[in-house]
Amino acid sequence: MSLSEFFDMGGYAAFVWSSYGLALVVLLLNILLPWQQHRQTVRKLKRMHRRGKDAS
Amino acid sequence: MKRLSLSQAFAFILRRDLLIALRNRSELANPLLFFVLVITLFPLAVGAEPNLLARIAPGIIWVAALLSSMLSLDAMFRSDFEDGTLEQMLLSAHPVPVLVLAKVTAHWLVTGLPLLLISPLLAMMLGLDEGAYGILLLTVLIGTPILSLIGAIGVALTIGLRKGGIILSLLVLPLYVPVLIFAASAVDMASGGLSAMPQISMMLAFLFLSLSLSPWATAAALRMSMS
Amino acid sequence: MWKWFHQWGSPPHFYRRAGKWLPWLGGLFAVFFISGLVDGLVFAPADYQQGESYRIIYVHVPAAWMSMFIYMVMAVCGIIVLVWRMKMAEIVLISSAPIGASFTFLALVTGSLWGKPMWGTYWVWDARLTSELILLFLYLGVIGLYGAIDEKRMAGRAVAILAIVGAVNIPIIHFSVEWWNSLHQGPTVTKFDKPSIHWSMLLPLLLMAVAFQIYYVWALFLKVRAELLQRERNSRWVEELFRS
Repeated sequence: MSLSEFFDMGGYAAFVWSSYGLALVVLLLNILLPWQQHRQTVRKLKRMHRRGKDAS
Repeated sequence: MKRLSLSQAFAFILRRDLLIALRNRSELANPLLFFVLVITLFPLAVGAEPNLLARIAPGIIWVAALLSSMLSLDAMFRSDFEDGTLEQMLLSAHPVPVLVLAKVTAHWLVTGLPLLLISPLLAMMLGLDEGAYGILLLTVLIGTPILSLIGAIGVALTIGLRKGGIILSLLVLPLYVPVLIFAASAVDMASGGLSAMPQISMMLAFLFLSLSLSPWATAAALRMSMS
Repeated sequence: MWKWFHQWGSPPHFYRRAGKWLPWLGGLFAVFFISGLVDGLVFAPADYQQGESYRIIYVHVPAAWMSMFIYMVMAVCGIIVLVWRMKMAEIVLISSAPIGASFTFLALVTGSLWGKPMWGTYWVWDARLTSELILLFLYLGVIGLYGAIDEKRMAGRAVAILAIVGAVNIPIIHFSVEWWNSLHQGPTVTKFDKPSIHWSMLLPLLLMAVAFQIYYVWALFLKVRAELLQRERNSRWVEELFRS
């Protein structure tokens, strides 16, 4: 099986690859979004605590 | 103060809600008007060809019934929530699910029963097969209480929200799907001259299931909303 | 068992323990996912009827399985919330919702992408696709209700009740849609549960199913940690976490 044959998927390339592409996007989003939310909260909390220390 | 027995409390709530509804006639008429209006829109949209209308009549009638009963849901607990009666009800010594059932019954008598009375007229206007009238009435009779019972859960969940309307439809409509499927298909079967017994018995099963489960869920949701 | 249950029920413990698990879960997911991908796309033979297009099965079916599994997890969490008032269960419930909704969405879109070569149109009112669509509405209802209630403890309990009501209804909806479909279209050939699927085609499916399960736990832990930190930002344990 050649590489171009593999990417062609027997003529169904558009359907197969867009399915897998969408799956990847969905899987990535569910990791990246919470990760970003977590990082932002951590940053905010750090800033808050630093300010708290300065004040005291 | 005299203590009411459970059945007295049930009857009291039922009578009180019916009285309030009767004094407030426009609220009584609105869902009915909506029901008629939606059905009037269909011939205007798809054309007045009798065969087509007769074929889609069961579906139209049931979708319209679903929407109109959903729109009238909000009134079920609204005024009691605003004037504090609901809080009293939750604090009473009687089991809340039974009281909830009284309120749902009152609501159904006010909004579901009129649909039952007017649906033959609409069926006639849409040219539904005459053999199907009995089954249509039967599905409305069994189906609308299920809609009220399921809807009560949704209302109880969203009662405290300022903009509960659209979220209520999002919660309730998917849960209405089985009723829609079986009711519309029962009428469809009957208009084709076939037996609708399987659908009717499924709907009866739904009715008993929702009768036994929904008041508990509604009571829990009300307690949550009032906390 | 009970001790374990209680430990995971405490936010700081969950936060710490889940944090330790994260890289392991990610790694394990990668192993299963990549081997499933390679096996499904390269080694599994083409279907004698559907050709190469059937390979969509390896994302569609696991996604559909997960969409139902996650709703059931949410319902179980709902029961725990109502019976034990456990805060952790609330957070697990609401953190699961977006993951479940996106798996449902994925199952829907891949189902219709598969439908185009199979049926000639992107959308048919097939029993599975239809009940998957209704499931998506149920998920959106949970997310919408949670978002609409400002007080988050209250929102957690509201969503718990809704998840349980939904879970009771899912089998009924599923059954009625299946019944409706058989009535209107005649028995459609179910492409999925062929009794005699060859093991070389089954193996990548199982690999992907396991990968998606692990992925769910991974994504869930990430989301729960983020939610925990945000919700409990004023509590003692978060403060101790940042003091050092």
